[in-house]
Amino acid sequence: MSQAEDIETVDEDGVIESVSGPVVTAADLDARMNDVVYVGDEGLMGEVIEIEGNLTTIQVYEETSGVGPGEPVENTGEPLSVDLGPGVLDAIYDGVQRPLDVLEEKMGTAFLDRGVDAPGIDFETEWEFTPTVDVGDTVEAGDIVGEVPETESITHKVMVPPDYEGGEIESIESGAFTVDEVIAELSSGEEITMHQEWPVRQARPADTKETPTVPLVSGQRILDGLFPIAKGGTAAIPGPFGSGKTVTQHQLAKWADADIVVYVGCGERGNEMTEVIEDFPELEDPKTGKPLMSRTCLIANTSNMPVAARESCIYTGITIAEYFRDMGYDVALMADSTSRWAEAMREISSRLEEMPGEEGYPAYLAASLSEFYERAGKFQNINDTEGSVTAIGAVSPPGGDFSEPVTQNTLRIVKTFWALDADLAERRHFPSINWNESYSLYRQQLDPWFRDNVADDWPEIRQWAVDVLDEEDELQEIVQLVGKDALPEDQQLTLEVARYLREAWLQQNAFHDVDTYCEPKKTYRMLLAIKTFNDEAFDALEAGVPVEEITDVDATPRLNRMNTSDEWNEFIDELESDLEEQIRSLY
Amino acid sequence: MKEYQTITEISGPLVFAEVDEPVGYDEIVEIETDDGRTLRGQVLESSDGLVSIQVFEGTGGIDRNASVRFLGETMKMPVTEDLLGRVLDGSGEPIDGGPEIVPESREDIVGEAINPYSREYPEEFIQTGVSGIDGMNTLVRGQKLPIFSGSGLPHNDLALQIARQATVPEEEEGDEGGSEFAVIFGAMGITQEEANEFMDDFERTGALERSVVFMNLADDPAVERTVTPRLALTTAEYLAFEKDYHVLVILTDITNYCEALREIGAAREEVPGRRGYPGYMYTDLAQLYERAGRIEGKDGSVTQIPILTMPGDDDTHPIPDLTGYITEGQIVMDRDLNSQGIEPPINVLPSLSRLMDDGIGEGLTREDHGDVSDQMYAAYAEGEDLRDLVNIVGREALSELDNKYLDFADRFETEFVEQGYDTNRSIDDTIELGWDLLSELPKEALNRIDEELIEEHYREDEAEAVQAD
Repeated sequence: MSQAEDIETVDEDGVIESVSGPVVTAADLDARMNDVVYVGDEGLMGEVIEIEGNLTTIQVYEETSGVGPGEPVENTGEPLSVDLGPGVLDAIYDGVQRPLDVLEEKMGTAFLDRGVDAPGIDFETEWEFTPTVDVGDTVEAGDIVGEVPETESITHKVMVPPDYEGGEIESIESGAFTVDEVIAELSSGEEITMHQEWPVRQARPADTKETPTVPLVSGQRILDGLFPIAKGGTAAIPGPFGSGKTVTQHQLAKWADADIVVYVGCGERGNEMTEVIEDFPELEDPKTGKPLMSRTCLIANTSNMPVAARESCIYTGITIAEYFRDMGYDVALMADSTSRWAEAMREISSRLEEMPGEEGYPAYLAASLSEFYERAGKFQNINDTEGSVTAIGAVSPPGGDFSEPVTQNTLRIVKTFWALDADLAERRHFPSINWNESYSLYRQQLDPWFRDNVADDWPEIRQWAVDVLDEEDELQEIVQLVGKDALPEDQQLTLEVARYLREAWLQQNAFHDVDTYCEPKKTYRMLLAIKTFNDEAFDALEAGVPVEEITDVDATPRLNRMNTSDEWNEFIDELESDLEEQIRSLY
Repeated sequence: MKEYQTITEISGPLVFAEVDEPVGYDEIVEIETDDGRTLRGQVLESSDGLVSIQVFEGTGGIDRNASVRFLGETMKMPVTEDLLGRVLDGSGEPIDGGPEIVPESREDIVGEAINPYSREYPEEFIQTGVSGIDGMNTLVRGQKLPIFSGSGLPHNDLALQIARQATVPEEEEGDEGGSEFAVIFGAMGITQEEANEFMDDFERTGALERSVVFMNLADDPAVERTVTPRLALTTAEYLAFEKDYHVLVILTDITNYCEALREIGAAREEVPGRRGYPGYMYTDLAQLYERAGRIEGKDGSVTQIPILTMPGDDDTHPIPDLTGYITEGQIVMDRDLNSQGIEPPINVLPSLSRLMDDGIGEGLTREDHGDVSDQMYAAYAEGEDLRDLVNIVGREALSELDNKYLDFADRFETEFVEQGYDTNRSIDDTIELGWDLLSELPKEALNRIDEELIEEHYREDEAEAVQAD
């Protein structure tokens, strides 16, 4: 049930039998699995997770200190749901969709108190509704009946809820309404408001899932250039602490060319969420020039907030993402980090004394992970629009060891793998994505798009870069043994070219105003400049010029400055002609 | 208040008792033994008719006839500004022979989470006077930056040095109106000798006046260790957010705290996670570490420096691992540097401060701070790599540039990181020192630094002098 409704107690109340951390058992409670209940005198929100005879086990989304046996448990008779409607964007929620700004106001303190409820969307605000259908039209479940300008950049589509029968429209009005005022009536007797509820653990229905063919352009050279992800794709970013998972996720949330971004901070640091809250309203969406926040919904369940709400925040996030997908938008969901989510499952599971699977994780870990990632994809919606949900999950493997269960089970599902590397991070090579270990299975299906929209020879140039980096990897092993100078000259030159690939192209400074976002055309152009250097240099080498002379020409250091150049087209043109001229003058 | 004489089982630190009235989870319990001692504990699990109690002082001396009293409230810390200058034991009782503490308020020790919406992003640079930290892994107000150390390494000296020297540069000049600085020291399971070392230093430097010390020593009950940091942090939050102090909390040693968690987990026969530590250790540690930060509209701040000794110097051990995932970076102490006599032996490569980027730069520290630090990281990493190679092929086989990187790495350790525990370097000194070292490398190699900054700061003569050698 959503917090929006008045609590109507449908069933008989139960009584608390025992309390152990976030797990409470109650007797005499007539509830169904996953029903939301209010626990104790303070009315703490919880969810039914096990029923055994007369005893019902509940996970509680708030601290349970001081709660004791004998206190009442109230059932709402409805599963955990989110409130959907205008007002979801530009909001910041906790794991059960309570707006954190409203909580601050209601609690009157900077600390999160208990037993305070707030609806996910504001029921007082009036929104300007414009119908897109007329009286007499027939609508079915999921169909769009009108529009609301929700934020500067996003038009909210008001839809017939997916569980409605549908029918002929008997009345529909334009004007300013609050979300629970009726805007249209159907011949079936059903009334449509701008507010919908949807149970978080259930995927919203869609018609068909299709193969994605358009990339989610992120403005990050290593991602767009080497390991692209599709709109509607799935990706995992595993890495040890300090390797830059969160910065990568933030960069994606800032620059990815999705229409809507849902950012789930699951069990992470409070200050990181604050950074997002402070930064996003000030940053501009590179596509629309509007504040980034107007396309973003934040869900923050920091590591010290109740563990059960951490378990639910991922579902809250993906349900909101699906809602916007139904409107025909491309939605990107970042979950940082899915390991914390898995650990929350483990913690609850061990309090239930379930038989543990690998490393104490519950046996249903793999099932839960795949269920989550399967909710991503490019969809033909039931209202015939097309939308997508891209799911990008950070993974925090203990000790940076990728063989642990969460990483392994995630890798079996996702098609893009961006492996973060502590060694690169220690050298301050950021983003510290390891180019030898990472992969993207979307390359083939996205190539046509890159050919059409960036450059015809994109796949070939990319392959050239991959080959040079691979060769460098092999040569490095020899260099470790004998030193660089013992290598033949052509191999030394390859190492030099690879160094520019790494330092000038793969490295990208997220904190530099220009470098933080690199459009695909610039990514391509920079790579081409390095290839120009490569081709000229090898020609010179063949003509007998010693390798030091070639690499020491005046223009080469400028390769390292391409990334921060604003007028990159002119800069690179000039650089290329200088390189050509200077290297050719050597022979 | 009802008294029971209904203990049914005693096992390790746990006592199980039958009750005929409901008892709240986390409530405080007093157990009176036959010989008149009163022990305190906390309700770990409460079901109808039976509660399990974790006894802070250990269960020695309790028998089935002991009487159990439930106080009907969760554990509270009596807080007042007068706590400054006081020394308390691990459960918050004064042990310095001073006057009784008259609390201004009593705060729940299980702190509530700060609403992320109410936080203020930390970006005020704290100058610790230690180059390895200020220059490379800058600490800011409201950050939690642990020291990852090992047994036998001088982490205590470093912690004391930071406590002594930490200032915010701008506020030094105009002291009025600025918030005062306080240190909360929470010791968990440290030896008497270590405790003396800390106390001597506090007394010698006069720091005790602005400190509150919580001491749980190695021979104090292990279970009490789970309470000590919470008392310390509750006091810190009170001083920071009610009394506008800038509070630095030093917690040592988190490893002992985690051992205590494991002990309780084992006694409760819980399903263990990695290496026998409880599965909820991440959440539990987060509830400590996340109690650092700044709050919008409040002048004070809580900055945390927890110290932990990595068992076997292994940073993939669950304790440093989970800590690293929660804290905003780490300062890593290195055994090799220590044996070379580098003081403090900070290994900057695995060290990190996540909040550094927002706390440095023009107007905060210096315009060139970020670039210099990046370049030194890259150059030092390069030099470190080459050291392996030198062992095989010798220095002569390396190019001139490689030799310069090697020299840079050596000088970086012996001049930049090494400074002794009594030297207090200003941020200006630290960055200038950085330029001294970087100028040993040719200009073209400084690819992380903006060209204009190189023009401004690069020491031309130095490079020539080196070349002339």
